[in-house]
Amino acid sequence: MKWISFSISALVLAALIYALDRPWGAIPALGKLLSPQHGFWQNAESYDKDWSNTYQFNHLNGKVEVLLDERMVPHIFAEHDEDAYFVQGYLHAQFRLWQMEFQIYAASGRLSEILGFGNDSLYLKVDLGMRRLGMVYAAEQALKEMESDPASKLMLDNYTAGFNAYVQHLQWKDLPLEYKLLNYTPEKWTNLKSAIFLKMISYDLTARDNDIEYTNLLKTLGPDMFEKMYPVTSDSLDPIIPKGTFFEKSPIDLSVPAHIHDSTHAWGVLLEKEMTEPHPGNGSNNWAVSGSRTASGKPILCDDPHLGMNLPALWFEIQIKTPQQNVYGVSFPGAPGVIIGFNDSISWGVTNGSRDVRDYYKIHFEDQTRQKYWYNGELRNTTQRPEKITGKNGQVYIDTVDYTHFGPVARQLFQGAKDKVYAEYAVRWKAHDPSNELKAFYMLNRAKNYDEYLTAIRNFKTPVQNFVFASATNDIAIWQQGEYPAKWRRQGDFLMDGKDSTYEWRGMIPETQNPHQKNPARGFVSSANQYPTDTTYPYYLGGDHPPYRGKIINFYLSDMNGVTVEDMMYLQNQNYNYYAELAVPVLINHLNRDYLDEKGWKYFEMIRIWNRKNDPEEKGATIFTIWAKKFRELTYADELAKVPDPKRMPYENIHIEAILKDTNYLFLDDITTEVKEGLSDIVTRAFIETTEVLEKMENENKGSLAWYQYNNASVNHLLKLPVFSYNKLYTGGGVHIINAVSGNHGPSWRMIVHMTDPVEAYGIYPGGQVGNPGSKFYDQFINDWAAGRYYKLLFLKEADGTHPAVKFKQTFSK
Amino acid sequence: MKYIVALLLTCLLAFALSLYLPWYAIAIAAFVVAACIHQTPFKAFSAGFVGIFFLWTVVSFYLNWQNKSLLSTKMANLFPLDGEGFGLLVIAALIGGIVGGTAALTGSYFRRMLN
Repeated sequence: MKWISFSISALVLAALIYALDRPWGAIPALGKLLSPQHGFWQNAESYDKDWSNTYQFNHLNGKVEVLLDERMVPHIFAEHDEDAYFVQGYLHAQFRLWQMEFQIYAASGRLSEILGFGNDSLYLKVDLGMRRLGMVYAAEQALKEMESDPASKLMLDNYTAGFNAYVQHLQWKDLPLEYKLLNYTPEKWTNLKSAIFLKMISYDLTARDNDIEYTNLLKTLGPDMFEKMYPVTSDSLDPIIPKGTFFEKSPIDLSVPAHIHDSTHAWGVLLEKEMTEPHPGNGSNNWAVSGSRTASGKPILCDDPHLGMNLPALWFEIQIKTPQQNVYGVSFPGAPGVIIGFNDSISWGVTNGSRDVRDYYKIHFEDQTRQKYWYNGELRNTTQRPEKITGKNGQVYIDTVDYTHFGPVARQLFQGAKDKVYAEYAVRWKAHDPSNELKAFYMLNRAKNYDEYLTAIRNFKTPVQNFVFASATNDIAIWQQGEYPAKWRRQGDFLMDGKDSTYEWRGMIPETQNPHQKNPARGFVSSANQYPTDTTYPYYLGGDHPPYRGKIINFYLSDMNGVTVEDMMYLQNQNYNYYAELAVPVLINHLNRDYLDEKGWKYFEMIRIWNRKNDPEEKGATIFTIWAKKFRELTYADELAKVPDPKRMPYENIHIEAILKDTNYLFLDDITTEVKEGLSDIVTRAFIETTEVLEKMENENKGSLAWYQYNNASVNHLLKLPVFSYNKLYTGGGVHIINAVSGNHGPSWRMIVHMTDPVEAYGIYPGGQVGNPGSKFYDQFINDWAAGRYYKLLFLKEADGTHPAVKFKQTFSK
Repeated sequence: MKYIVALLLTCLLAFALSLYLPWYAIAIAAFVVAACIHQTPFKAFSAGFVGIFFLWTVVSFYLNWQNKSLLSTKMANLFPLDGEGFGLLVIAALIGGIVGGTAALTGSYFRRMLN
């Protein structure tokens, strides 16, 4: 009978181990996670951890020394150029392994593999969206270009090898915490993954468009109303290239097809909004001030890209010195090289051009097999690419994406809603065209002067970027760089007909015609995603171009002389609200005060005395933001009620400027009532609704209407786990403000470079170099960032291990 | 005396094996020790349980101390433990202890079965 007690006991043991070795729903694999020698305790990094080490890899050609400073910024000193990229790949993996892989899973439509299909198939739908957009296809096209060029191939090959050298010998206990929580292990890196990563950046910066919204709006409102509500240009525009600049004529015929509106009207198609969409505020500020306006006589360049603020951060600071280059700046964990930064001779930074480089064409398939479609009266073949999405528990979903000559058929309703599928749309996206953006960075990292900068950025095709430039030899410049379609007016604002070549892009704008400016008389260049030119530029650009940040930047810069680095810090953190400057007088003057009760008067007084700055404590900023939004909603909600979703409201600047021009603005009347409402009625109604919101907020927020509470500046972990995230940071800013902090979005890297000898540079990003939530370095910069502080960037000439800021040294050799 | 030896051996062997093997190496250690050192099943269970409980407590306590409770506090918020890192430490050690104890019990029955 002894075997019975043994068997029972053994079975219980086996069951225990089995149960603790795997996740159960939301509960992670507890044994693997809680074991102190394997699980999360291994990620509880010692405050005194010694990061110094020596490594040997056969792959290397020579010696590489890496000095880690007190902020854990690696300074790479390599005897051979290619070795530097190997070590960059190694370090990115050492500091940011999980994030690098997670970004690739997200970009290539593989999230289901690690997160499961999700509630209501959420992750499956997100994955399907990426597959149908052809993200991996786009990366494959780019990779062919990158690998056919020796320089970019060298970068990629070594970077990939470096990543894999780090990952090769990792055991479970060494893995970043998130692998342990989600119970999976890292894969090998490939050059394709770096290409996918770069396409994710393209997606972030170009994949927000209004084609479907505008089609719905145009169809329902009619062309006249539509033009009034969604005009192409804004009166307040202060373009990147000042008004009055001469532009050459277009060599391409840009006449508008005769029946443009008919074609969009003909279709009873209303698609769902996409599952995921890049943030509307993905923009940035940059500017360069000429030595003629600075105290030192040397130019100062500033850049702050506004992107999602996540942990681990998108950016990773790094210095790379080899016999061919000495460059410092921020890199992307996922790609080799430095993306925004400086070297001894030049500095550069980018903002988004925000042009519309993604359009949709209705595809008329011959039949259900979708193998052929009509184009100019003939049948063309599709290429069908099977897409297999695997869930965490092994479930499989098979989808077939049909590629036309435009691009993949990206838009159709999700399966299961089949009865609603009226039509299918192919996407023509500039990011699908082959290009080698990496080469641009390779050359910028080494560039010595304006000409080399220009040669470098010519490699940059998409996403369209405003490359600002300053050199030690006192040149400043800006180019809106990219390869853009030469569009006729309104081309691509609406869904177009794919059976007729009339609606296709007719060519690309010659690159010399890209808007640019070098050493202008006004002594500065700047960009903040506004429309780049006045109306004399021959091409239509499309896209969303918020005008106010650019306007304030130019306003301040025009007024500054003897500019110092401190002035630039002040400007990057400026919370002045130009939109409020325009709108508050309208709101205050037209509010019917007969309706105000005690509370109402209190709030009214708060906004009346408000200094128009979105500083953290300002209550007026909170009241204004809510009031202005309600005001805008009440203006348009009645007209838009009959427009099916998705749609969007006219932007703030269109609204307020129309009212400033005409207080009897057509859309103020609430068409659902018998009486005719005027400005005062709508402003007052909006205020009454606002007071209700404010009262509720005061009750919930312990009486606080402080702007930072409402604005909720946050830095979120990529898995959105609150315990690894930070919110309600004590900081100011907002939409339309230079300091563009808004929720989980804002200045993801602030940089100021003074082109003195030696170069003096400052920077900060909301995060930390080490991606591990169990490291003291994980959130190291967040409080300083929120307070508007900067770090002086340690730009070393030599591998000086005795420098007081240097804390650790890693040596790599053959 | 035997009990203390079994307990300490379980602890040491589990630590050593865990350096190279997955987390359930603790079960192997407890099983082997209980199979080699003759004790009543109850005492074997107890030695295995306490041995692993002790090991996991000491190791996590040390790692937590070096880390100034930074991660354990976060993790204890991820689990519904209200940020109580030591609560998580004890729960972890209990889980380890149960696996260790069960493995030791199995080891002890295994020895009895062969005899």
